[in-house]
Amino acid sequence: MKSLDELAKIREKALKKVSTRNSDKKIRIVVGMATCGISAGARPVLNALVEEVNKRELVDVEVTQTGCIGVCRLEPIFEVYQNDEKVTYVNMTAEKAREVVANHIVNGNVVLKYTIGAYEK
Amino acid sequence: MSLVRSHVLICGGTGCTSSGSMSIHEKFEVCIKKFGLEKEVKVVKTGCFGLCEAGPIVVVYPEGAFYSHVKVEDVERITEEHLYKGRIVKELLFKQALEGDVIKSVNEVQFYKKQKRVVLKNCGIINPEVIEEYIAFDGYKALGKVVTEMTQQEVVDEIKKSGLRGRGGGGFPTGLKWQFTHDAIGEEKYVACNADEGDPGAFMDRSVLEGDPHAIIEAMAIAGYAIGASKGFIYIRAEYPIAVDRLEIALKQAKELGVIGDNIFGTDFSFDLEIRLGAGAFVCGEETALIESIEGRRGMPRPRPPFPANKGIFQMPTLLNNVETYANITQIILNGAEWFRTIGTEKSPGTKVFALGGKINNTGLVEIPMGMTLREVIYDIGGGIPDGKAFKAVQTGGPSGGCLTYKHLDEQITYDNLVSLGSMMGSGGMIVLDEDNCMVDVARFFLDFTVDESCGKCTPCREGTKRMLELLNKICEGRGEIEDIARLENLAVNIKDSALCGLGQTAPNPVLSTIKNFRHEYISHIEDKKCEAGVCKALLKVTITDKCIGCTACTKVCPVDCISGNRKEMHVIDQNLCIKCGACIEKCPVNAIILK
Repeated sequence: MKSLDELAKIREKALKKVSTRNSDKKIRIVVGMATCGISAGARPVLNALVEEVNKRELVDVEVTQTGCIGVCRLEPIFEVYQNDEKVTYVNMTAEKAREVVANHIVNGNVVLKYTIGAYEK
Repeated sequence: MSLVRSHVLICGGTGCTSSGSMSIHEKFEVCIKKFGLEKEVKVVKTGCFGLCEAGPIVVVYPEGAFYSHVKVEDVERITEEHLYKGRIVKELLFKQALEGDVIKSVNEVQFYKKQKRVVLKNCGIINPEVIEEYIAFDGYKALGKVVTEMTQQEVVDEIKKSGLRGRGGGGFPTGLKWQFTHDAIGEEKYVACNADEGDPGAFMDRSVLEGDPHAIIEAMAIAGYAIGASKGFIYIRAEYPIAVDRLEIALKQAKELGVIGDNIFGTDFSFDLEIRLGAGAFVCGEETALIESIEGRRGMPRPRPPFPANKGIFQMPTLLNNVETYANITQIILNGAEWFRTIGTEKSPGTKVFALGGKINNTGLVEIPMGMTLREVIYDIGGGIPDGKAFKAVQTGGPSGGCLTYKHLDEQITYDNLVSLGSMMGSGGMIVLDEDNCMVDVARFFLDFTVDESCGKCTPCREGTKRMLELLNKICEGRGEIEDIARLENLAVNIKDSALCGLGQTAPNPVLSTIKNFRHEYISHIEDKKCEAGVCKALLKVTITDKCIGCTACTKVCPVDCISGNRKEMHVIDQNLCIKCGACIEKCPVNAIILK
């Protein structure tokens, strides 16, 4: 170990690997992973979300799974929880999921066209 | 790009390992492969979570789902339901992690909520065998700061300002010890870590070394810099194989990375560490005996002064601190002495780790801010006494400590307060006793331990404690005389005054404190020949009550044929022949036979 900078670099790299171990994050993305969700293609959606969150180093975002959200015909579904508010995205694909991360999670603009509200209209 | 979205943390502490956590670890690896999740889920072996009662423990992040009493058979279910489908398996969660239908994460469970984790902050969070994980949680940053930005005296001053006191039991101000060793003159100086944890029931040092070994290595290097030493020894007992193993791995990694070795952080400071294994003698936890043992001699204390700060290992100035004391150092350097003083009380700042044991629901390791009351620890964190039994006493400080009663439940836990109540902090064993514990027997148990562990060098300890034990045995066997209490007290005072080291000086404490707080139990043993708690066998009688249905089952199991009676009539035990083995009690189908 030659300098503090060297240590800081190791730390930065290692921190990414352990940030999952924190159960009080600000934003939670919950993917419906019941039989309906999985068969409709929730797994690629989940993987895309995790990849995107890691790539963008969004340390305050937790990606987790849940069971059946209830509207099986609109699966894959995921919900974004932030400040006691919930946004539900339906008919998701890996591509759409990446778009949501970029627009909603990073920039704070809810992607209205993919939400359950837009769909029901 | 990494797809890891979930971490499965499995406790690799001694408690959970002995109840099979390593086979659970293997099973998780197999199951995760089976469901094709190996890229998404990472399995991590960590140090002790503290709630050993509920082991083996598995925590799944990001949810922080707290699974307890996990069996190998449960692993497939957790993998399929939770990891694959995202449904937390509620039935397998720690029961307090489930409130109605609401799942609480590990940090919200009552057991952890009231705790303040400074020493144990990484235990159950990081993989102790991977140095990068330690670094991720600010590891080696304190060492870097110290050697590049601070002078030796500034480090010593910071520790002094923090008010940290020795966590090994004595409570001597750590900063002062550092100052003495800093000021001492010698061609070489040494830093040593006392990891010879010997109190029955205490295992906090083991858990720190198992869960966060780098914290000790880093703190010792900091201490080395502060006092001007370039060599350190960790003295650890060989009975702690997992801790020794992790320490060796950690030390190897630290050397490879160059945080231990020559020219640390590009400065002139070099530091090397060596692990010395102890054979498990209790007396080697005493500082001068430990030093003798490190030097390769028989572990026996030597008279003080000279103190180790002036003449320690190989007659050189030596700084000797306990594991838990060192575990506080990096935190004090990183967060400042002021921060440390905000925790705990004025004279006892910081936290203390206790090993909760005995008659308590949540057996395990707890770390609390100093100044918390005994009641909070036993009832709020410990979950109270099992099976609705009544609380009788709490023993702190192990064989050197004493017993406190319900009168003391609302007393604060600080060094000085515990001493003034007739007990002591000790290294942090906290054994809870209920109505089924006989206090004379408890005193006898601890004295039996010290008699065994006395090294024999000085007479008061070698002979005196033995005589005390004989008196206690006499009382427990129903041959006690009322004068024996005074004899015990007289011996105790003399041993305390004249023994060479801490072992002997504190050995009479369990006897003195039980006589003080539970004198009536001694008297009832001596005068009424009765042991109310039903522990001292010689004072108990096995009797058959009128619930007896005359089935003759007991007569057949009695090994000495002392039960007589006709079929369908009440049976009688011949007390002269009975050996109180209890076989009849177990056999009786209607619970008609009692031991009282």
